[in-house]
This record gives sequence, structure tokens and C-alpha cells, in this order.
Amino acid sequence: MRSVYVVAGGISKFAKARPDKTFPAIVKESYELLLEDLGIEPRQAYELIDGTVASYFSDHFLRQLKGATMVQDYLGLCPKPSHRVEGGGATGGLSFQEGWKSIASGNMDVCLVFGFETMSHVNTWKGNEFIALASDVSFDYPVGGFYTGYYAMMVVRHMQEFGTTPEQLAHVSVKNHANAFYNPYAQKREKLSIKDVRNSPMVAWPLTRRDVCVMSDGAACVLLASEAGLKKIEKVSGKSLPKVKVTGIGRGTDAMRMADRPHKKVILLPHEKESDYKDLKYPGVHSFRAGRMASKQAYEMAKITNPLKEIDFIELHDAYTSSEIQTYEDMGLCKYGEGGNFAESGATFMPAVDYGLKLKQKPVCPVNPSGGLIACGHPVGATGLMQGVFALWQLQNSIKKHFKDDTLQVKNAKRGIIHSHAGTGTYVTVSVLEREG
Amino acid sequence: METKKIKKSKTETNGKMSMNGIRTSQEKTVISETDEGTVLFNVPFPKELDERRLKDLENYGPIIIKQPYHINYIHSYGQDSPFFAGLANKKLLGTECEECHTKFATPRLSCTECGSKCKWIEMPQKGKIHTFTICYFGSEAFLKETPFALALIEFPGFDTCFLTRIVGVDPNEPDLDWVGMNVKAKFVRNSKFSPTDVYFVPELE
Repeated sequence: MRSVYVVAGGISKFAKARPDKTFPAIVKESYELLLEDLGIEPRQAYELIDGTVASYFSDHFLRQLKGATMVQDYLGLCPKPSHRVEGGGATGGLSFQEGWKSIASGNMDVCLVFGFETMSHVNTWKGNEFIALASDVSFDYPVGGFYTGYYAMMVVRHMQEFGTTPEQLAHVSVKNHANAFYNPYAQKREKLSIKDVRNSPMVAWPLTRRDVCVMSDGAACVLLASEAGLKKIEKVSGKSLPKVKVTGIGRGTDAMRMADRPHKKVILLPHEKESDYKDLKYPGVHSFRAGRMASKQAYEMAKITNPLKEIDFIELHDAYTSSEIQTYEDMGLCKYGEGGNFAESGATFMPAVDYGLKLKQKPVCPVNPSGGLIACGHPVGATGLMQGVFALWQLQNSIKKHFKDDTLQVKNAKRGIIHSHAGTGTYVTVSVLEREG
Repeated sequence: METKKIKKSKTETNGKMSMNGIRTSQEKTVISETDEGTVLFNVPFPKELDERRLKDLENYGPIIIKQPYHINYIHSYGQDSPFFAGLANKKLLGTECEECHTKFATPRLSCTECGSKCKWIEMPQKGKIHTFTICYFGSEAFLKETPFALALIEFPGFDTCFLTRIVGVDPNEPDLDWVGMNVKAKFVRNSKFSPTDVYFVPELE
């Protein structure tokens, strides 16, 4: 397999609604930012790009089949090769990895991965109905198909099993909203208190409106290249580009129905022992086996043996505050069961942001420095690529340039992870990005 | 590009003269308009389209219209159909893998653990709440039913759970202690062939 580099990224403004543009034009907005960053013109990009991967989730929200073709032609990239990827909430992460495969396999030297979702075309509750179609339509959807309800049931079991509290969940919301305060691309930039989170309208107990991500219109794209592709891009742009390499990828799956998750043994990470979990019923509905599988694969490939110590930051799929906490455990940042305490410890917070909280310890590995899905928004097909863009900017040390503020720059960031997650943990991807030199 | 020459043969259609199927009286060549759908009146637009005004068109959007979007979808329960026939007869059916004997409280005819065939078995109608939530909001289809209690039920001897509604708990007082509560199945009288034909209620001592 050949080395794959993340060369550039672009993102549109995420907003509740973008009636000012159609979806191909929103993608173009993100693509123009990517090209501007590289200092190249669309015509030059056409010569460089061997093909594309299109990332979007729902044909229901779009009510337009073959939407990817409309983006491809709008970007002026026909007749170059392209294909569409769909995998629920993990669509962006899967697309990123499909782009990686195109380069690693030698099939392409330069691949553009673009993603988008326009969710404003139906009201919020109809939108929830569309999203709930990503649950079993015979047995789950008709009983009360509502994703926040599904995740609420998961965290109730987490609370019962491990003693996790709603206030611990609220710490994640306070952190991610406050981080987004310094991110101009984010949809919700708010300084909140634990009380604000808990006093928000209850959506599905114990999750309030501020424990849950919002629907968005938005787009994001990343440009991936081989060593040879990177040289070609540098030649055209006349710039020497920082080398950010994808050093590990992993994926996992689980059964569609949450009810169908029998109790098995924990899949162990290198720093864990079987005796750590001798009484744990796993995964049940409190843990994401797919997230553990994806982490294990990606860590093995990137030679990560102690994740908390060896990762500088993580952009992970916090569709719910609860799923961020569950994911800490899947990714081995703490042991299964310790996610609640870990969330309020301060370990995943940013050093330069004032959260108005008394935290027990200093930041160790910031999680969602950008603000994550909860605060940036979750235009599904764009989300996993948004993480790719923000992670790249961290590793390029270019947060100040892009955010006009360096509060969110993780100092000396060498290794970052992006994590993408689909409905109740059915697909999860983990990709490791590292700055060379 | 190939161009076809129109032959000058004349035919008679509906009492009007036409040439090779092309109507000759152009002023009557209009599409017949209908009343349904979006109608916009007096749409603002520049009177003259000079270069400046054409450039200005970039600021004329967005025009947003609302379109109805409703269908009747024909859904088949396929191999899972007996479960729904069971509900109509106040029976709860699960399945069991014929090879590894994993028992599924939500029926599936193919085993998640080994991929073998599963057989139908009758389920107990009493179980415990494995986890639950109260939905105060929901998908549009269920909004009018909020707040409602959703729960996963575990059954003795079964490896998986069953998603259902709980009736008979106060939706305004959710309590973590509800986890582990003994519950029993109840069935609606008029089956709608939906998994909501069964629901669970607390089993009082």
C-alpha cells in the first residue's frame, strides 16, 4: 500500500438553513476554500484531480437521486471518475477512507472527497422521521422511531451499569459549545453552564436539547494525494505543503437493531487486560462494539499502544453528549465504565478556553476542539469530512489562519484522530492523521 | 449535426392544416395551463435587461417554494410475518438458532452469531425493563403521542431484547429505578399489524 497524504481541506458555513444556494453550490463554496488555500485555480485542479468520492447520506432529505453527479458537474470535474458512498452518520468517515483506498491502491494520485447534506427542506420533526428510517422499519421505527430516544435508552443503561450522571453528560455539552465559540464555521457558538444544559427542554430523558446535535445545511471536502500526487500539487501551486499522512484506518459494524446486541467478551486494546472486564456484559446497549473494532484496527496500523498518551487530539462523532462519553471508552481513552468521570475530569478540554468550570485535571487529549457535531452542526455527509478538515488544520498549525483566532490550536499537534459513527453504532470509522517531520 | 428536411406533404388533422405533424398556425401553439401547484403573482423583475441589471440578478434569490411529498408505501414483513400474525392472536413469538441456540427476543430468521437458520419459538409474556427513556419530542409521525415511554425488555433465557412502549408509568417522573422493573405484555384489541400491537405494563405485586 502506498502512503496517503491529506493535502488540503475546505468547508462551507454550517447553518440551520442555506436557502441562498443549492447543494452543488454549497459544496462548491467548500471546494473554493480548499483551492484558495492551495492557491490554485479550478482549471489547474481539474488537471490534478484523478477522481472524486461523493459523501452524502439521505436521498429523502435531498429528494434528488444522483445528487453526486450534479456536484461533480458543478465543480467542473466531468468526465473524471467518481462514486457515491452512503453509510448513515459515518458516511463522511467512510468516504474519507474510500478516498484513502483510491490512493493507497495506486488507482489514483490525487482524489477529492466532497460531502454535503441539506436537511432544512423539511421541518425538524419530519427530519427526525427521515433519520429514524435508519432503524429497522419493521420492528424499531413503528414503535417510536426517534434517534434521540434510542441514544437516551443507551445512556440510561450506561447510568444504571456504571453510575454515569446527567451532569457528567452536560460537561461535554459545555466543552463543545465553548470550543465552538472560537470556530467561525460552527452553527452554535455558546458559552453555557451545566445548569443551562440541564434546564434546556427535555427531548428524551435524560437528554436535553443541548445534549443533542442539530440538523444543518453544509458541505466539506478534503484533497488526498500519494507522494507523487503531492509533488504534482506542490509544483502547480508553487508552495511547499506540510506533510500530513494517514497512518491508520479502522472500521467496525454492529447489528442494526439495538435489541440485537447479545453479551460477549470485550474486544481488548493493547493497554487492557481481560481481567479489567471480568464482570462486564458487553457490548449490550451501553457500548459501541463497532467503535472498539474500528479503534483496534486503526491503532494497530498506526502502532498506537496507549491512546490517551499517544494521541494529541480527537475529532469524534458527538451526535449526543452521551455518545461522546461512550466513545471515550470504545477508543480506550479510559476503561469501560469510567467515561462519565473521565468526561468531567478535564482531560478532554482545551487549555486556552475558559469553561467556567472547576476541572480536576489539566487537559491531556482535547476531544472535539472544533466544537464537534453538537456545536458545529451535523450535515451528515459533510460531518466526517469536516472533522478531516479541522484535523488537517490542527496538524498544519493553521487554525489561526482559518479561524482568525488561535485559541483552538492544539500546540505542537503531531497526531490527531477523526472518528465517524452511524446510527446506534452500526458503522464506525477511525482514521489516524500524523504530521511528518 | 444531421438536419431533416421537412417534406412538403400536407395532411389534415382535427380540421386544421398541418405539415408533417407540425401545426402551422403558430399563435395557437400554447401548453394548456392548470390551476394546481405553486402560483406566484407579480414577480419582481427588472424592466430592461442591460449588463448592470443582468449582474444584479445574482441578488434576486432565493425563491423558495413548498411542494407536497406524500406516498403510500407497500411494505412486506416477508419472513417475519408470523410475528405480526402472532400479535393479532395475543402471542409473542421469538426465534432460536437451530445451530448455536442463541435465542432472539426480537425475531430474526438468520442468526447474528453464526449465520444459521432460526426457528420460531413462543416467548414468555413477562420480562424486565433492560433500559428505557421518555420521549418528549419525536418524529412527526409520533409527535401527537408524546410523551411516551420507550423501553428494551429482557426475558429470562433470551440473549437479545425487545423494543416496546411502556404504559402505566408517569412520563413526568422518569426514574433510573425503573430499570429492572417487572413488566408484562398487553395486546391491542384491534390489531394494526404493527409492533405496537403489543405493549408492556408494570407487573404489580
